[in-house]
Amino acid sequence: MVMSYAPIELTMGRVQKVFYFHVAASWTGMLGFLVATVAAIAYLKTGAIKWDTASLAGIEIGMVFIGLGIVSGMIWARPVWNTWWTWDPRLTTTLIMELIYAAYLLLRSGLDDPQRRARLSAVYAIVGFISVPLTFVSIRVFRTIHPVLVGSSDPTVGAFAMTPRMQAAFFSSLAAFTLLFIALYWHRYLLGLKQNEVQQKRMEIESGGEA
Amino acid sequence: MKAFLNTVLAIFWKDLLAERRTREILGTMLVFALTVILVFVFAFDLSVDMRSKAAPGVIWVTLCFAGTISLNRSMSLEKDREGFDGLLLAPVDRTAIYFGKALVNWVFMLITAVIVVPVYALFNNINLFSTGFASVILLGTLGYILTGTLLSALSLQLRTRDMLLPVLLFPVVIPLLLSVVRASTILLQGGIQGELSTWLLLLVGYDLLFAAVGLLVFDKIIEE
Repeated sequence: MVMSYAPIELTMGRVQKVFYFHVAASWTGMLGFLVATVAAIAYLKTGAIKWDTASLAGIEIGMVFIGLGIVSGMIWARPVWNTWWTWDPRLTTTLIMELIYAAYLLLRSGLDDPQRRARLSAVYAIVGFISVPLTFVSIRVFRTIHPVLVGSSDPTVGAFAMTPRMQAAFFSSLAAFTLLFIALYWHRYLLGLKQNEVQQKRMEIESGGEA
Repeated sequence: MKAFLNTVLAIFWKDLLAERRTREILGTMLVFALTVILVFVFAFDLSVDMRSKAAPGVIWVTLCFAGTISLNRSMSLEKDREGFDGLLLAPVDRTAIYFGKALVNWVFMLITAVIVVPVYALFNNINLFSTGFASVILLGTLGYILTGTLLSALSLQLRTRDMLLPVLLFPVVIPLLLSVVRASTILLQGGIQGELSTWLLLLVGYDLLFAAVGLLVFDKIIEE
């Protein structure tokens, strides 16, 4: 639909079609992080290990999609802004967000005990998510002191100047990515539950062998 | 409330006394901070004009690096000698442990700042003394320490121990760092005064937010 149905944008040409993937992937990534944070709060409240699995699934999928969002954004930015990267608020915040969640994954790999791992990573998921909007605000204020960089204006502004055919392609792409997210998320969650089960069984066998 | 404050102060004095006897943390922090400044001066080969322009950035990066030493050490000190179990056994509010530790680390960082800032001013022959800059240092180090104490209690329990603290801490304190560096620049070199209040507001907001987060989640971190 994106390839054949949506018209070619007048000034930016074919590369504008990246936009349909870019916005949808970024939105999906943010959704993943949001789900992960809600799950982390739920874990600290209830202590049920399934919420930890739910949180991890959200962060892993969120990282993949935000990564796709960054790469597709760069592909678009090269011909349109004439640079792969600018230190614009959105871009910088996204990069810092990826760093925070990379630290989250490192944190998890440093812990063996499932309960403790769940507790500590839930705390970090919450702390990290809180700092993201703060980072965005502070960088936005920072950039308003300086003259605005060429082309650093809000990319989503273009969304309001879409032709109906573009809109149709845009929203179906958004819906498709959201559905993809739900499917991936669900499978990752079930896989996580299975992993927990395997780990449990293994520990039972090991302790049984010693006895 | 009074009992809570007493506990906070008791932990504060305990750590201060331990530091007075061993002189481990402050000495290391100071020498390290001075070395970092030296590295900066050589790495950028700063001209006289640049030295004062780069001052806020260099000073804050130095303070942050030195801060991680204090944060790591004050927590691993407890872990090594099983002091933490003793603290947890004590029938006191656990958030008091958090604020006590944060207070000690804050004082260590302020002492470092009190020495590092004049030294930087002296070496580079620039004036860094102003009440505004001092209050930015107070607020900035406070926010850094509030987040850092929380995350150092967390990283302490990892297999990799204190190695991971900077990785966990630095992305989270970026809004704070940006605010303090911009506010310091405006105060020291002039700039749009209207911006200053925005940065200070952001700074105070950050401090309050992370004090609240620490209050809420600290006992989840050290729960055994």
